[in-house]
Amino acid sequence: MPNPSGPNEAAAAGVSMAEKAIVLQGLRAQVRRLENGGKEGKGTFGLGVRDIDRTLPDGGLPLGCLHELGGTDPVHRGAAAGFAAALLAGIAACQGKSVLWIVGDRGLHAAGLAAFGLTPDRLIAARARRASDALWAMEEALRCPSLAAVAGEVEAGDLTASRRLHLAAESAGTTAILLLPGTPRRGVSAAMTRWTVTPLPSANEAGEPGIGRPRWRVELLRCRNGRSGAWVLEWRDGALALSDEAAEEGIIEQAARDRSVVRFA
Amino acid sequence: MLLDVTGCAHLFGGEEALRADLIARLRRAGFAVRAAVADTPAAAWAAARFAPRAGIVPPGGQAEALAPLPVAALRLPEETVRGLEAVGLRRIRDLAPVPRATLARRFGAELARRLDQAFGALDEPLSPRLPVPPHEERLALAEPISTPDSIALAALHLIGGLCRRLAAEHRGLRRLELTVFRTDHGPDSVPQSVAIGTGRPVRDPAALMRLLGGKLERIAPGPGLELLVLAAPLVEPLAPAQAGLTGAEEKGKDLGALLDRLANRLGEDSLLRLVPRQSWLPERSVAGVPPLDAGLGADSESAPLWPDDRPRPVRLLVPPEPIEVVAPVPDDPPKLFRWRGATHRVGKADGPERLCAEWWRHGGELRDYYRVEDMEGRRFWVFRLGLHRPEAPAGWFLHGFFA
Repeated sequence: MPNPSGPNEAAAAGVSMAEKAIVLQGLRAQVRRLENGGKEGKGTFGLGVRDIDRTLPDGGLPLGCLHELGGTDPVHRGAAAGFAAALLAGIAACQGKSVLWIVGDRGLHAAGLAAFGLTPDRLIAARARRASDALWAMEEALRCPSLAAVAGEVEAGDLTASRRLHLAAESAGTTAILLLPGTPRRGVSAAMTRWTVTPLPSANEAGEPGIGRPRWRVELLRCRNGRSGAWVLEWRDGALALSDEAAEEGIIEQAARDRSVVRFA
Repeated sequence: MLLDVTGCAHLFGGEEALRADLIARLRRAGFAVRAAVADTPAAAWAAARFAPRAGIVPPGGQAEALAPLPVAALRLPEETVRGLEAVGLRRIRDLAPVPRATLARRFGAELARRLDQAFGALDEPLSPRLPVPPHEERLALAEPISTPDSIALAALHLIGGLCRRLAAEHRGLRRLELTVFRTDHGPDSVPQSVAIGTGRPVRDPAALMRLLGGKLERIAPGPGLELLVLAAPLVEPLAPAQAGLTGAEEKGKDLGALLDRLANRLGEDSLLRLVPRQSWLPERSVAGVPPLDAGLGADSESAPLWPDDRPRPVRLLVPPEPIEVVAPVPDDPPKLFRWRGATHRVGKADGPERLCAEWWRHGGELRDYYRVEDMEGRRFWVFRLGLHRPEAPAGWFLHGFFA
């Protein structure tokens, strides 16, 4: 039985639920502006997955700041690279600029990345053999407003490095994605959001043999001004999509359980 | 064209062979050529132009070789030649009996000088044409300098001068080399030098100084530097700068400046745009081109990207690493593999996709590629090298990671 007192009280005070929501939204935006030192954000990029975009502040991934993206396997970086490629391609396309991707070797394979929308005209690949060079190059590149985003793979980053990257990203409105091996540290970081991507068995159509669509468990561990969450995503018809829930319920529950273990560990 | 071949002929197997080789090369390049070899430049000049069969004038044989040639072969002014012919002296041999003093008085000292040069009585030095880098600035210092600040100041001074010249010529440089000479520089020591390259023509002193500045610390001044030479061996046209109204051209420029800065620290081949290339081998199917290549935009629209129906990994392992594999059925994907100490049980698999180097490339056996997914969902690209042979264990490799 619905509780009649809530709406009635609101109506008595002359404020409907919808109006309340608007007021709350305004207050939240004000808090965000205060936290950003009075500056307006650089806009957001919607991932195209409603559940995730609703969890993120302002309905999308904030641009012009630092995001950390980890995998769970330090040697198999495929899943994180695929998710990052999808994000970078989206950011590059909505700004009409290129992205720079800095790695330690010559391992980026353009033929595979192009399948995630990161085509050669959008991607400049850079190789930095030393971690110090990679961080330096990221910071330099982030200050260049002609780039949409800069992704960099480093073995480890500390608070100072993340702060410097975040400031550089803010100064030119370029988005930084720091790719870390393994789960991101529990330690402090200046990153706006922190994600992990874990590969999951691929999604096959019923009865289809072999390997199907790439599927990952994407977890938002931390998000400034937003909530955290975990989703099962797949790469379907050239876009990120939530995996069909009916089939994946088990996995989502599993993901939630894993997460709670992580939180209280 | 005059060449001083003193002491060179034996390298080509004699003068005749040298001459033949030279003629053949020039003809191949599309020139009509006559060539002669002689003791003196004047004799060679004459023989090449006037001898019925130009060739080798033997050492000391120039008098004999030149005797039947017309007097014009002596490189004389037009009126002298006409004057000689008017008195019946048509050939060089006709001049021999005439006393030198008479000739000089009648036709001028020039005739005597040319005769002496032709017969080797008078030395005629050749002044060779040396390539000179046209864009070079030098700074010689009375007092040697050695502190980083003063070296930077000197470099800035040179860059300023060079950029002013480039601006006047509407050019920009693509490569800049600074060579420094120390006070203890001996004839055998190689001077130190640092160089930078840029992705597009530049003549902004501040930008160049930023690029060069990071490299100046590599210079070991020792007892001090007394001479600095700044050269731009590669220059390209660069239109005079015009301040943009909308800032649109600023955009490309600062991307270019950024890429130059990165390339100078990370290495010139470290910044690439990865574009498709026609090849079956995965490591050859991607070509790296300079990131600011102008032709790219047009290309990417007309040329197809990689085929959609052949899934490719997002990361390659360079080079592929050997793995231990359990594959009980020939030409079936492995059931289990071991890489870097970890065992992966294969849940799903696709393949094989047989890839082979193009027939015109040597070496490299064919490879059978499989996409395999382990129980946790990690997707790998593995291949077996060569055909399955029952008697020999097959070599398996891990080549990449799928998303």
